Amino acid sequence: MTLKHVSGLLCAAAMSFGLASGAQAQDKVVKIGAILPMSGGTASIGAHAKAALEVAMDIINNAHPELGNLPLAKNAGLAGLGGARIEVVFADNQGNPATGQNQALRLITEDKVAAVFGSYQSGVTLTSSAIAEKYGIPFLNSESVAANLTERGFKWFFRTTPIATDFAKIYTDFLADMKATGAKTDAIALVHDNTEYGTSVANTISTAFKDKGQPIALDVAYPVNATDVQGQVLQLKDKKPDVIIMISYTSDAILFAKTMQSLDYKPAILLADDAGYSDPSFIKAVGKISQGVFNRSSWAVGPSGSPSAIIADMYKKKSGEEMDDTVGRQMQGFFVLADAIDRAGSTDPAKIQAALKATDLKPEQLMMGYKGVKFDDKGQNVLASGLIIQLQDGENYVSVWPKANAEKAPTLPYRGW
Amino acid sequence: MSFVLVQVIVGGLLLGAVYALFSSGLTLVWGMMNIVNFAHGDFVMLGMYVAYVVYTLMGGGPLLGAPLATQELATLGVVVYFALIRDIMKGPMLAQILGTFGLALLLRYSVFWWFGANFLSMPQNIVGGTFAVAGLRIEASRLLAGVVALLVTLGLHLLLTRTSLGSRMLAVAEDATAAQLMGIRPDTMQAIAWAIAAGATGLAGALIANFFYIVPTVGETLGIVAFVSVSAG
Repeated sequence: MTLKHVSGLLCAAAMSFGLASGAQAQDKVVKIGAILPMSGGTASIGAHAKAALEVAMDIINNAHPELGNLPLAKNAGLAGLGGARIEVVFADNQGNPATGQNQALRLITEDKVAAVFGSYQSGVTLTSSAIAEKYGIPFLNSESVAANLTERGFKWFFRTTPIATDFAKIYTDFLADMKATGAKTDAIALVHDNTEYGTSVANTISTAFKDKGQPIALDVAYPVNATDVQGQVLQLKDKKPDVIIMISYTSDAILFAKTMQSLDYKPAILLADDAGYSDPSFIKAVGKISQGVFNRSSWAVGPSGSPSAIIADMYKKKSGEEMDDTVGRQMQGFFVLADAIDRAGSTDPAKIQAALKATDLKPEQLMMGYKGVKFDDKGQNVLASGLIIQLQDGENYVSVWPKANAEKAPTLPYRGW
Repeated sequence: MSFVLVQVIVGGLLLGAVYALFSSGLTLVWGMMNIVNFAHGDFVMLGMYVAYVVYTLMGGGPLLGAPLATQELATLGVVVYFALIRDIMKGPMLAQILGTFGLALLLRYSVFWWFGANFLSMPQNIVGGTFAVAGLRIEASRLLAGVVALLVTLGLHLLLTRTSLGSRMLAVAEDATAAQLMGIRPDTMQAIAWAIAAGATGLAGALIANFFYIVPTVGETLGIVAFVSVSAG
């Protein structure tokens, strides 16, 4: 607690300095609150997201004509608000739904942010967005995929990422294609943690396969941040499913990879639902023993000189990491929010909400491979889409499906180590 | 089916031995001084980082990393005793809880600051492999940790029951004032206890690092297991 207070005081001091000098030099600042896991089991994700948002702020607040059609890149600041700068107030959710809720409350009531952005884990997004809804502040979510988040009848909640129902369809189609090429995909096992993300995504996927007439053969649950998963891996080894779909955060994803190696178990097809498997630290830690794992993504770096490649370079310079799908979706979401504030021409919550509702971005205005950004009545981006990537060499993911977007053909079976 | 059962039992026993190893330090401090060290999990984490740094800088695997982690953590234990524990022991229970909890946060976030939040993993080394005995798969790193755990537990038991140092430590635990009258310095004894406890914890961390991921918050995950094993056993 002590540390937190000290850093809180430092932040406050820094902010008051910023405000004092800002009042003279810069006419206007738009504050956006970002709730991210800066500590806890997914702290690496929070650190990467922070770097990504800092790059996004740089792109918005400074002139970047090289980024072409990307909204807000060309000129410095938000033109709609007389060149106002965007400033992100970072808040740590500790990976904990209750903490996320408190942070949302603090950002809205103390920091008076114009909008809230976050919160990575679906379970934390669930609670923190409820606070924003109560206070009538726009909440933009760019990476939580639990389907129920947009089924709550919220008026202030907007989500840019493809969600569980979208990938469930991608997974069924992908596996059907694999089956057509001769792979065995009859028995499918789901492995997931007990968080909001794990259970709800597992449910959605299991429903999607059931609707296709192929019920899930095995459902293996485990507690998040597990200390040991030997039991779960042995269960899989015993039942021998053809396909395993992993729904795990980074820490557990690493532990599963290590345990599968030590117990010498490889399924024919290992398909991961993003999250931990997209974390660069997963690839560094156990990529070499997870060769051939499939994953979903909406990110493709593109040819050099393209806006996405330039952004990937900027991100790498800032964080020292390769750009991955998660930070890409976060940056994309942040741009959508900033664009809405710019079009609203005001920090009035109702005007930002109206601008978000009117959002209609085309694929060429995006850095991610979505078909566009357009929200339905529930606040879900109906044009979000994704593809399947594979960690063929244990170092870099390449897109393998659908064929139209594939850099390489998928290789089977799962190689492991 | 029975094969799976046997494999689960073997895996469980090895895991239990590892839990015993990293709980032994907590038991010692708790039993001798009646202090619950909330920073225990973070001592394990520091041991893991020492092993990682030793391996990546100098190579040598657990043969070099484990003794160094033991020594570094034992030193830290003495420093922590004189800088923090000696004073908060005089205070109320709340001071002990807040003091060691604060220490936990200080250690955890210092590591965050220095190493960042990324997950690390030991490169493959001499105990990184797995071997099979009659179809049962046994991880060398876990076996090593399990065997060392048993030896350390046995060693601590013998130290406390068979040596004069152990008797003196137990005397201080029983009645510090009376022990002082007998010419035993409680400060020294308790500092030694902290050195042993932290050293054993560092050793545990270095051995666990061979088969677990390394991240600044790993102490939270493992610390809970340590508290459960101490309370239950």
